[in-house]
Amino acid sequence: MTLILQVQNVSKRFGGLQALTDINFELPEGEILGLIGPNGAGKTTLFNVINGVYRPEAGRVIFRGQDITGLPPYEVARLGLARTHQIVRPLNELSVRENVTVGACFGRRNYGLAEAQRIADEVMGLVGLAPRAALMAGSLNVAQKKRLELARALAAQPYLLLLDEVLAGLNPTEIAEMIQTVRKIRGQGITLLMIEHVMHAVMNLSDRLIVLDFGQQIAEGAPAEVSQNPKVIEAYLGDPRLAEQLGMVDG
Amino acid sequence: MISSSLRQPGLWLSLLLVAVIGAIPPLTQSATLRENMFTLLMFVAFASSLNIMLGYTGYVSFGHIVFFELGGYVGFYLLSAQKWPLAAAAAGGGLAAAALALLLGLSILRLRGAYFALATIGINEAMRAFINNFKPFGGPTGMSLNFAVYKQYGGPTQALWITYYSVLALTALVVLVSYLVKSSKFGLGLVSIREDEDAAMVMGVRAPCAKTWAFVISAIVPGMIGALFFFKNGNIEPGDAFRLHMSIEMIVMVMLGGQGTLLGPVLGAATYQQLRTYLLTSPIFKNLQLTFAGLSLLVIILFIPAGVVGWLRARLPRLRRVLE
Amino acid sequence: MLNQLLASLVDGLLIGFVYGVAAMGLTLIWGVMRVINLAHGPIIALAMFGIYFLFAGANLNPYLALALVAMAALLFGLVMYGIVVHRVINAPHLSTLLATFAVNMMIIGTGTAVFTTSPFNVDFDLGRLTLGPLTLPVTRLIAAGASVLVTAALYFFLYRTPPGKAIRAVANNRDAAELMGIPSSRVLALSFGLGTMLAGVAGGLIATFFPFTILSGGTYELKSFVISVLGGLGNPLGALVGGLVLGSLEGLIPVFLPVNWVPVIEFGLFVVILLVRPSGLFGARQ
Repeated sequence: MTLILQVQNVSKRFGGLQALTDINFELPEGEILGLIGPNGAGKTTLFNVINGVYRPEAGRVIFRGQDITGLPPYEVARLGLARTHQIVRPLNELSVRENVTVGACFGRRNYGLAEAQRIADEVMGLVGLAPRAALMAGSLNVAQKKRLELARALAAQPYLLLLDEVLAGLNPTEIAEMIQTVRKIRGQGITLLMIEHVMHAVMNLSDRLIVLDFGQQIAEGAPAEVSQNPKVIEAYLGDPRLAEQLGMVDG
Repeated sequence: MISSSLRQPGLWLSLLLVAVIGAIPPLTQSATLRENMFTLLMFVAFASSLNIMLGYTGYVSFGHIVFFELGGYVGFYLLSAQKWPLAAAAAGGGLAAAALALLLGLSILRLRGAYFALATIGINEAMRAFINNFKPFGGPTGMSLNFAVYKQYGGPTQALWITYYSVLALTALVVLVSYLVKSSKFGLGLVSIREDEDAAMVMGVRAPCAKTWAFVISAIVPGMIGALFFFKNGNIEPGDAFRLHMSIEMIVMVMLGGQGTLLGPVLGAATYQQLRTYLLTSPIFKNLQLTFAGLSLLVIILFIPAGVVGWLRARLPRLRRVLE
Repeated sequence: MLNQLLASLVDGLLIGFVYGVAAMGLTLIWGVMRVINLAHGPIIALAMFGIYFLFAGANLNPYLALALVAMAALLFGLVMYGIVVHRVINAPHLSTLLATFAVNMMIIGTGTAVFTTSPFNVDFDLGRLTLGPLTLPVTRLIAAGASVLVTAALYFFLYRTPPGKAIRAVANNRDAAELMGIPSSRVLALSFGLGTMLAGVAGGLIATFFPFTILSGGTYELKSFVISVLGGLGNPLGALVGGLVLGSLEGLIPVFLPVNWVPVIEFGLFVVILLVRPSGLFGARQ
């Protein structure tokens, strides 16, 4: 079982704010690892450290055996690590097809334009955006933009995909569809690290969970275990709705 | 995104326009028309090259004229002081401009948005002040060309025609290069930088490298044209060369025609330049050329920000392949 | 030598105060709405002409004329915001840069046609004052003093009056301010007007001791850029200090190098600061 990602003693500070303290975990190839925690816990910050947007003050990030700590995001992307953003970032004045082609061109493999366009068409089919291929990305609705974000990342043919709240803002039907898509992605051999707030989804999809609170890792393990962990319950009691979803508190 | 087939109608329309403009002087054998078309072609080349940074990459440079200026000075120096042949001197000018762009790429291209724009103004002014003090380039009085140099090219009239055809060729070249960039993977990277630089980098676009290359490519032809222009002029001095307002007019031309399109800068430059010439010769508007330019720019920004070609493409989707 | 240095330094500092006021106008507009007013220079020049015509034509004391010119500049800013800036304020930076630049071109174009490029001079001399080893023109001393007063007035306005606080709120977070019921468009218009007013005041003061043309504003606009970046974009007090720094440099450098090198050093410094410490010496308002 090869480890695709190793995060070792990572800490990140912004001025006076300690955003991440001593984060440590390993991600085996082919797994789906869920990253949960109350708002402001530092989950997106962790993603930003992993893919090179931020440089950590301490610690290392090792991807497929290579130390990628502090590498710029474009180098990390070219090594086969793709991510989506919590607040989607479509390339507005380009078409959906062009957006996805960018992902294919500059991702893991250095494809030429024609080959990249072919891959883009395939990926758009996978996520269900094919009918909208010629539309301007800026004209899509939120759910479609989320799928675009995902398509772009997939077109890069990554080994590891970081999903940042890919279900946020979707209605129940859309959520169900997206869960199916995520399963298909795993089926293609891509390892997933997902930040999620939609508890039933992340509980269902993840093989393991990591819980962050105030930048610290407070629990790690199988979903069933983690949801019984007293520290996790305490962290989420600050958010009673979530605690209820986790099945911790009687309704 | 357009296919990279060289049979794209959009490319040929733009080249046709350049050819039509270019054919007027040889057909009429008129010296006045040659000078007018020379200026017009020059601006078409400037606007098209600026479009690579402004329209494709989304970086506003207020100092694009600096490449023309530096190329002019280096080319002139090589021609007059070092006695190089014209073609080599022009190449030297282009190379100097490219070198400056590379240097700038490594430094000020790190800046975004308004900071970058301010820096380009600073660069232009610093360059002017520097050349003003630079003795080998003649300082504030500049340099002059010994009239005998023109004999090497068959006399002054012949030399003027040679420079004309050279500029025509360079203009066609820059339009072709602009097309090749736009239809390439490199160009796709540039427009993704324009739309969202950070997202582009997360997707693997090597932004610092791509921007610098775009800058270098946009600098070469203006540099070469600078050398040719001042050769034709016979002399060069800082006041002549460093015209900030020309940078601005270039931006107006690109915006008027439609930034980010191939045809836009060509059309915008041709239209603007013709209007400008008309204004300069009309008794009423003679002094109001700049006012008129400002007013046009304002109207474009407020009401048709996509420029003429952009507006047409939105209204006439079927013509999109032609109005590239 | 030391006397000469001191004289040059004080000379530079005095004019540096006025530079600071000019830069304050630019930096205020940037700080509140992230717009670089490229018409800043021509507005300075228009103010200079205003003083000239009120003084030469209506025999008005330049300092009284200054009050009128300041009001006119404020009005100009309000109108300019409404017609030009408001529509593009949320568009990408390029739009506001080009829109304000368009106004610049229109002013310069019309100004050149009407006034030509011959120099104008406000023939106003209040003599010189001797303070120890220094002999200083009174007009410059008054200009420096006026600049300090204007800065104090600006800070009083921003920190002690309701409209001023509204401006600071909008500068901090426009959406939040709107949610609290602050009419952001009006506040933005007012801020823009204040910025142009400061430009007008600076122009008017400079007119009392330097000759000028319609194109003179350009020089002060460039200096304002350099100073604003030096002091931190969005930081008015930083602009004043930046003005003093630039003024001192302008005063001291010609003692050691030919005057022609001053612009090279100014712009070199400008580019270096943009690269090394874009938040300026004192930190920009983010």
